[in-house]
Amino acid sequence: MSSDVKRLSLILLFSPFALWIVLLILLPHIGMVALSLREKVAPRVYEFGFGNYIDFINEPIYWNTLLRTGSMSLLVTALALLIGFPVAYYIAKIAGKRSRGALFLMCLIPLWVSDLIRAFGWILLLRETGVISSFLIWTGMTDHGIEFLYNDVTVIIGLVYTVILFMIVPLVSTLDGMGDDMIEAGYNLGGNSLTVLRRIIIPYAMPGIVAGCIVVFMLTAGSYLTPILLGGKNSSWFTEQIYDQFITRFNWESGAAFGFLLLAFTSFVVWLGLRLSGQSLTNTVART
Amino acid sequence: MTYVDDRYNMTAADVFDLECTGISKEFGDFRAVDDVSFRIPSGTFFSILGPSGCGKTTLMRMIAGFEDPTRGDISIKGVSVLSTPPNKRNVKMVFQHLALFPMMDVYDNIAYGLRCAGAAKEEIARRVADVLERVALPDLARREIHQLSGGQKQRIAIARCMALNPDVLLLDEPLGALDLKLREAMKIELKLLQHQFDTTFVYITHDQSEALVMSDYVAVMNAGRFEQVGRPEELYHAPKTAFVAGFVGDSNRWKGRALEVRSDGIKVETDAGLSVVATAYGESPIAEGAAVEIFVRPEFISATKPGEPTPPAAGENEHTGTIDSVLFNGANSRVLVRSPSGTLIEADVVVTGSGEDVREGDPVRLTWARAQSMCFSV
Ligand SMILES: Nc1ncnc2c1ncn2[C@@H]1O[C@H](COP(=O)(O)OP(=O)(O)O)[C@@H](O)[C@H]1O
Ligand SMILES: [Mg+2]
Repeated sequence: MSSDVKRLSLILLFSPFALWIVLLILLPHIGMVALSLREKVAPRVYEFGFGNYIDFINEPIYWNTLLRTGSMSLLVTALALLIGFPVAYYIAKIAGKRSRGALFLMCLIPLWVSDLIRAFGWILLLRETGVISSFLIWTGMTDHGIEFLYNDVTVIIGLVYTVILFMIVPLVSTLDGMGDDMIEAGYNLGGNSLTVLRRIIIPYAMPGIVAGCIVVFMLTAGSYLTPILLGGKNSSWFTEQIYDQFITRFNWESGAAFGFLLLAFTSFVVWLGLRLSGQSLTNTVART
Repeated sequence: MTYVDDRYNMTAADVFDLECTGISKEFGDFRAVDDVSFRIPSGTFFSILGPSGCGKTTLMRMIAGFEDPTRGDISIKGVSVLSTPPNKRNVKMVFQHLALFPMMDVYDNIAYGLRCAGAAKEEIARRVADVLERVALPDLARREIHQLSGGQKQRIAIARCMALNPDVLLLDEPLGALDLKLREAMKIELKLLQHQFDTTFVYITHDQSEALVMSDYVAVMNAGRFEQVGRPEELYHAPKTAFVAGFVGDSNRWKGRALEVRSDGIKVETDAGLSVVATAYGESPIAEGAAVEIFVRPEFISATKPGEPTPPAAGENEHTGTIDSVLFNGANSRVLVRSPSGTLIEADVVVTGSGEDVREGDPVRLTWARAQSMCFSV
């Protein structure tokens, strides 16, 4: 009797979670895959086929955009790691107990502002009539306004700024778990700063590094607002293609195929990264 | 050519493995280590014994180079190392929590230091195998750290240091995390390892029995200062301060007042009203009427039943009382005796398990020699 009660309460407790997974994640994706496998043969007449995927392969613009999105996202991930690691190391190991909380909070502040507002902030700074350009004119370094927007560098800076927090948080949490005596032992046994970093700190932080990289890469590859607003028409971000198919061309079948391709492509890159670094999902993302 | 400081006019035989001269360390206003000097000859097992928070770890971290002393000098094999960074000092350290690298296996943990020193691959393999052999764990090279038992981790942490042939090995309470049984076994093992490697060990502990069992020399530390440095027997039988008498070994400890000071002994009345004839210890002289503290070790007090003959040469202190309780602990059994003045006195007894043994409530006579009552002025 009591075991029935237990089971019932378990089901009740578990059901919101299961519903969330099934309704919000599983069903939409199944629907999308099904949608992507329909070919339009005549108005309102569809049949099963891989036509949408074949279109993607036959049109270099599409897969070039996907590859470009992938490589730019990798670059953003690498930059976020390069900048985020020292920051995380400082917060976890060097800053005193009191300043640690304040520093962490400062990293969180950008998250309080919406994506859109943040991007507009950048636009205010960087556009031809923006703050930086006007400042340069005022100092006399240039006599006409300079457009800083709508190029790859700006897109990358904007993306790194948006996602770096997701690199710092897992890094701080793994580095926090590393005792100072581990680093001291590294020096005591004869290592210099470089050896200690390379052979002790980085291997120890590897789960955090991989977790941060996965999250940052997925977020960047799937981001829409920042590349569009800062990169304009030149940004050629793959999410823009998906948006285009769904909204502008009203071609849901092709849009669904693109969406699925983006998911498959990023998953493949993450899988490859895990293989190359010898880590597994359970000891990285699940642990941090 | 090694540079030898000529201030000390040293010959080769005079070179100490480790020498500290007047070192102090201040954290802000707080003085963690206060003017400590000592020198350790080659191949010695040297312990630093003191209560927790007295500055032992700070002292060790200065020797390893992780803290700079506020004052004083540290030399290793006769050469000052104050300006040598930690990774260039040939002093290796076994950390309190061992600090083995969890992402490397046993082999790589030991090989790490050798690789830092730029040893060739075959050389590393040979040295690792050799040191694993010496700590009696030859088959563990490819084991992961989390697969080792507490005692094995201990030995790997020592092996990792010893593979580098250090001049001095520092050990910071390395047995603290082990359970009692293992700790007892490791005590003996550490001593044997030190003999085998024939390297100077500086061992930090707050456990007096560890220090007494293992060491050639012990320094007793209190509140940042060295109270006394000596062989374990010396500290036990001839403590120089009340702190050492109280910290090293067990003792009955009574506060009192010196009633009469004579050349052959001091007559003391304790605060509880027990009168004891004692011998003056320590450096400061004891004046008549001064407040004193008395220490008597339980093994020097003999407890006899009223009918039995009194032990010879024990007439100097004699008290009667009744047994409050018998603390049975095999060969280290003890009785708590309540004297008429109400003082509880601990005395060692032999419990044989026969009908002769003392029991709770029995009247007993306690006797001990004047020389065994160590009297310090406070
Ligand atoms: N970095 C530091 N800053 C301030 N105080 C410290 C620091 N390190 C140690 N202390 C203080 O110095 C004293 C001695 O510490 P420690 O050497 O660790 O003692 P032990 O190892 O004998 O237990 C302690 O009171 C401790 O609080
Ligand atoms: Mg300590």
